[in-house]
Amino acid sequence: MTGIKLSGVTASFGGERVLGPLSLDIKPGERIALVGKSGAGKSTLIRMLYQQANSQASLIPQDLGLVHALPVFHNVYMARLDQHPNWYNIVTLMRPFERERADIEPLLDQLGILGKVRATVSSLSGGQRQRVAIARAIYRDATMLLADEPVSALDGPMAHVVMSLLNEAYETTVIALHDVELALRYCQRIVGIQDGQIALDEASSRLSETDILPLY
Amino acid sequence: MFSYPTVRTTFLFVAIAIIALAFSDIAITSINPWRDLGRFFLGVVTPDFFSTEGLATAILRTVAFAFTGVALGSMCGFLLALMYRWRIVRLFSAFIRAIHELFWALIFLQFFGFHPLTGVLAIAIPYSGIFAKVYSEILDEADPEPRTLLPTGTSAISMFLYARVPDVWDRIRTYTSYRLECGMRSSAILGFVGLPTIGFYLESSFSQGQYSEAGALLILFYVLIATIPWWVKPKLLPIYVVGAPFFLGEGLPIVWGNVARFFTEDIVPSPIRNNEGLGEFGAWLGDLMLTEAIPGIWNTVVLTQIALVFTGLLALLAFPLISTHFGGPVRRTSGHIFLVIARSTPEYILAYILLQLWGPSMLPAVVALALHNGGIIGHLIGRQSNNIKLRADAARGLNRYSYELVPRVYSSFLAFLFYRWEIIMRETAILGILGVATLGFYIDSAIQNIQFDRAMVLILITAMLNIGIDGLSRFIRRRLALQTMPTC
Repeated sequence: MTGIKLSGVTASFGGERVLGPLSLDIKPGERIALVGKSGAGKSTLIRMLYQQANSQASLIPQDLGLVHALPVFHNVYMARLDQHPNWYNIVTLMRPFERERADIEPLLDQLGILGKVRATVSSLSGGQRQRVAIARAIYRDATMLLADEPVSALDGPMAHVVMSLLNEAYETTVIALHDVELALRYCQRIVGIQDGQIALDEASSRLSETDILPLY
Repeated sequence: MFSYPTVRTTFLFVAIAIIALAFSDIAITSINPWRDLGRFFLGVVTPDFFSTEGLATAILRTVAFAFTGVALGSMCGFLLALMYRWRIVRLFSAFIRAIHELFWALIFLQFFGFHPLTGVLAIAIPYSGIFAKVYSEILDEADPEPRTLLPTGTSAISMFLYARVPDVWDRIRTYTSYRLECGMRSSAILGFVGLPTIGFYLESSFSQGQYSEAGALLILFYVLIATIPWWVKPKLLPIYVVGAPFFLGEGLPIVWGNVARFFTEDIVPSPIRNNEGLGEFGAWLGDLMLTEAIPGIWNTVVLTQIALVFTGLLALLAFPLISTHFGGPVRRTSGHIFLVIARSTPEYILAYILLQLWGPSMLPAVVALALHNGGIIGHLIGRQSNNIKLRADAARGLNRYSYELVPRVYSSFLAFLFYRWEIIMRETAILGILGVATLGFYIDSAIQNIQFDRAMVLILITAMLNIGIDGLSRFIRRRLALQTMPTC
């Protein structure tokens, strides 16, 4: 398994440079937190990493990218559409098979939304939707996780549950977090982004909350 | 005031209509129009539901043709929508929807005869073209984000079914069921060319002066349309669609020799059929253009422009009838009833009735088109005006109408009106079958004289005219930045 290496990349939006030039080397097994003000370029960086990783990464974008008209079960199942033939996906659309239910339902149970398995995403609250996107990312079973503020709509205890579940499912993670405490606790390496540049890159064991706050 | 492009456009179209009026033929030619109108209304208020056993059959056939035609059209339209990014598919769809259901029926009648297939295809073909366009627009509006998140290697079919269709399924369903209501109207008027739907019975009641019977048919038709939400349920829909083809009636068997002859002989221009050379063909075409096509186009355009402006006028006058910003519940209820009747009566039936009462001229056609289309737009604008929140000290009466409401709804009013421009033209051409000298009149006469070659050229010209107006209407709507949803 390989990591991701960005060197000297830039990103522009509407003619204005929003990111870079920056270089970032992500090795297999690293757990990285991206921290920084909103608008600093974290989401753009995550998108670029996703493009670089091609099909090897599982992504949780900030706007979740769920299909609101489909039930929770199918939104999770969509993570593995590529692993089944068309007829199997079509039958699943009408009636899920036992095998996938046995995989997906315990996951939803851990996230506290098992009761919603048949409900459409449009009927869920913001926090519940976020947990559907998380279940999907875990079910994807890729080699790396890229997540953009995956716990922004969750309360304290649930945020901890989710962070441990994500760490359990993925060895290599890049997670944008605005919660500094969570970042220090669940990630080994903190990358601070400021005005599209890397302003901080340090092991979390050598950092405290007060070292990170100047970024905000 | 003239600095607004919408106002300038309005005055331009009003001026065109005034000029068109000078060239039009507007008159009441029947000897005693008001007595006939009175007898007709007397018939409507004293409907006779038991005069003929055909009544139930008429309703059954109307529903069966509508369901079969719309279901077939929606399936073909969906397939076309998937290929809509190809120019050839877009052109094909534009062409088949530019020809009115009645013209399709007239064509199929010539070789399928009174077989149920004639009625089903007459609805299904133009509806496929409309469905293709609207479905593809709806599918394009699906949220693109879920598709970018799917694992690479997901097949196109799975991607389509999971990440595109579910997001817009509600809109597809709403539009399709709306079209079903339109299909009911299309099905009803197919009776006027001899298919066994309501129009057929209506025409025979009228021609015999049986106004109570005609009144009963009309009332049943309104009830049928108004109760659609109660008897068309998503769960019952598959049953209707599967069952409908069995209730189309027997009709007459298809004579396949006629089908072959139609395509290999009848529609081939006569000079070519008789090997008279290209020179003769040119003369034939020139004669057709000069004596039929050009007068037909002229009358169609004149009538369309007058009807368009009267439609707008009626819609602007009618929308306050159902607006919550005016009047009490009594006025609004009667306004609703008036607009429901105006928009559920197919313009062809309205024109037929008025033509029977007032005699042949452009007047019945203008009134019918304005009533039907004005009813539709008035209803939509009225409903939209209910979403406007007025401040507590807003003006009342005429000032409220002219200062608060009209300026706010005017853009969408114009959007709907220009959207219907092409529809009005398609209807105008069709009304020729009733005797107004538009393109439909020349097409119908050519068919009566068994000159199918001439009829086909005229139908092609009608289609081109509609496509042209559709393009012009889209250009104007884009220039004025008007947006609208499709209506029928």
